[in-house]
Amino acid sequence: MQLAPPATAAPGWLTLPVMVGGIVVAFWVVVALSVELWSPHAPLEMVARRLQPPSADHLLGTDALGRDVLSRTLHGARHSIPIAVVVVIAAVTLGALLGAGAGFFGGLVDDAIMRLVDVTLAFPPVLLAMAVAASLGPGLENAAIAMIIVWWPVYARLMRAQVLEVKEREHVEAAIAGGAGRFRLLGVHILPLCWTPVLINATMDFGQVVLLAASLSFIGLGALPPTPEWGSMISDGAVHFYQWWIAFGPGLAILTVVLGFNFLGDGLRDYLDPRTA
Amino acid sequence: MFRHVVRRLIAMPLLLLGVASVAFLLSHLTRGDPLASIVPERQMSNPAVVEAAKRRWGLDRSLPEQYVVYLRNLLAGDLGTSFRTKRAVATDIGERLPATLELVLAAMLVGTFSGILLGVVAAHFRNRSLDHGARLFALIGSSIPVFWSGLILLFVFSVVLGWLPGPGRLDARTAAPPFVTGMYTIDSLLAGDLRTFVDALYHLVLPAFVLGWAVMGIISRLVRASMLDVLSQEYILTARAKGAGERRVLLNHALRNALIPTLTIVGFSFAYLITGAVLTETVFTWPGIGSYAVDSARSLDYPAIIGVTIVGAAAFLIANLVTDLAYAFANPRIRLG
Repeated sequence: MQLAPPATAAPGWLTLPVMVGGIVVAFWVVVALSVELWSPHAPLEMVARRLQPPSADHLLGTDALGRDVLSRTLHGARHSIPIAVVVVIAAVTLGALLGAGAGFFGGLVDDAIMRLVDVTLAFPPVLLAMAVAASLGPGLENAAIAMIIVWWPVYARLMRAQVLEVKEREHVEAAIAGGAGRFRLLGVHILPLCWTPVLINATMDFGQVVLLAASLSFIGLGALPPTPEWGSMISDGAVHFYQWWIAFGPGLAILTVVLGFNFLGDGLRDYLDPRTA
Repeated sequence: MFRHVVRRLIAMPLLLLGVASVAFLLSHLTRGDPLASIVPERQMSNPAVVEAAKRRWGLDRSLPEQYVVYLRNLLAGDLGTSFRTKRAVATDIGERLPATLELVLAAMLVGTFSGILLGVVAAHFRNRSLDHGARLFALIGSSIPVFWSGLILLFVFSVVLGWLPGPGRLDARTAAPPFVTGMYTIDSLLAGDLRTFVDALYHLVLPAFVLGWAVMGIISRLVRASMLDVLSQEYILTARAKGAGERRVLLNHALRNALIPTLTIVGFSFAYLITGAVLTETVFTWPGIGSYAVDSARSLDYPAIIGVTIVGAAAFLIANLVTDLAYAFANPRIRLG
């Protein structure tokens, strides 16, 4: 068996991937917040002849309605980033609450919640999201609801496992001996020690949520035209296949955002949870 | 292990029941009216059609009775009638299954082999540029939207370079091989028709790569990690001390053991493949279940969407079960459960 390496200086959290991921994510957040102020064109404005290839005036060309693809791509951040934030926060909250409840109370509560988790996880994510979104009707809000339904079980499982583990530690026993009530036990002595894997997962999932939201829009179940959402822009690009530039910008946007969050999540994992690095 | 296997086998029908219940719930969620998920909007004013649908799905009865009718229809393989194709959803899915199976299996081959290769390379060249390159390539695969990489690669390889054919499973001039499995590459070989085989294979390359790229990352990451784990153990040192060549150490001694955990992830990646197939098929106009699902979703063809979801979940569950059992058998060290 190999011995653990001697504790050297901490690896430090600012590695190259974290830096790159952070810059890329920060870029898109800034774009989402400020694009209205400096965007070359409005996203719905018809500014030039239709289907123009990239040029100095329109760096990413124009689409089938003569709109500036670059401006639309930049405005896409205003839809994709907020929806990812909402979905991840809602899924984490819902999943963590239910998972913590399952792990802490055990018994019937545990069984009921975990069977629900099992069944939800039995579906391939995109198919379930599609079915729910289609049943609720197309639109970005319904797509968000569908994604929350798909995502919460992951966090419920994670949180439950954490709570089960922390529950057995000695300080919890001490707290029980000290007469701490159930909710104090959970809220003060257990939950604060459970967040690390949840946080790492959430960071990585931001990218995946952006990806799924774009997929639903690409299919026609998310953002509706003329919203400048990346997935539906790529869907336009698929219709005008030979005008490759229509899909190029939004696709690159999705790729960079997802890659950025993956880098960040990786770095966060290496830093917070060195066991799995 | 025996107990674990039994427990998994017992859980299976229960999970399928759960899946069916969710589907039942979904059909009731549809516009707040389950009828809307069975009868097309245009037919809603036709009392004869509405009456027949109500009777077939028991909608004139109480909710628990409806549930029983729903389950009974499902067990009989009745997934309803598609609004769009006007045919039984089960028939539609059955016809399109082989195309998806062919794509997913090809993608799995591509993803698994390149994933293992990338993982071994990355582990061998740990923290050198080849390692970083392999990891970046894999990470891009799991970050890139397949409906975009598909479009771009199709444009580059088929339009600009002209190396590969356009979308679809076969050239317009090539006739489909006689039906045996429904997978064109296999059927054409069985028929001894080499030209059709090559054509089918050419059409398969790009979508299989696009889809396989998406799971390459998951697999290579795990292979790298478990290779590093294995390479640090004493028997590797022993093998090296005995003068085994590096290739022998890597492939015979290390990779074999590193592959055990990989088995799980290959099954797990099946979820990604189903997910990715939905979108990949759309881009490549691949006539499988994925493009069927998307076309159905686009036209709000509820029976078809819900039917595909049920079938997808069943396939997913079976794949997970098989992986799990294979894992339990392949790794006798682990006594699960």
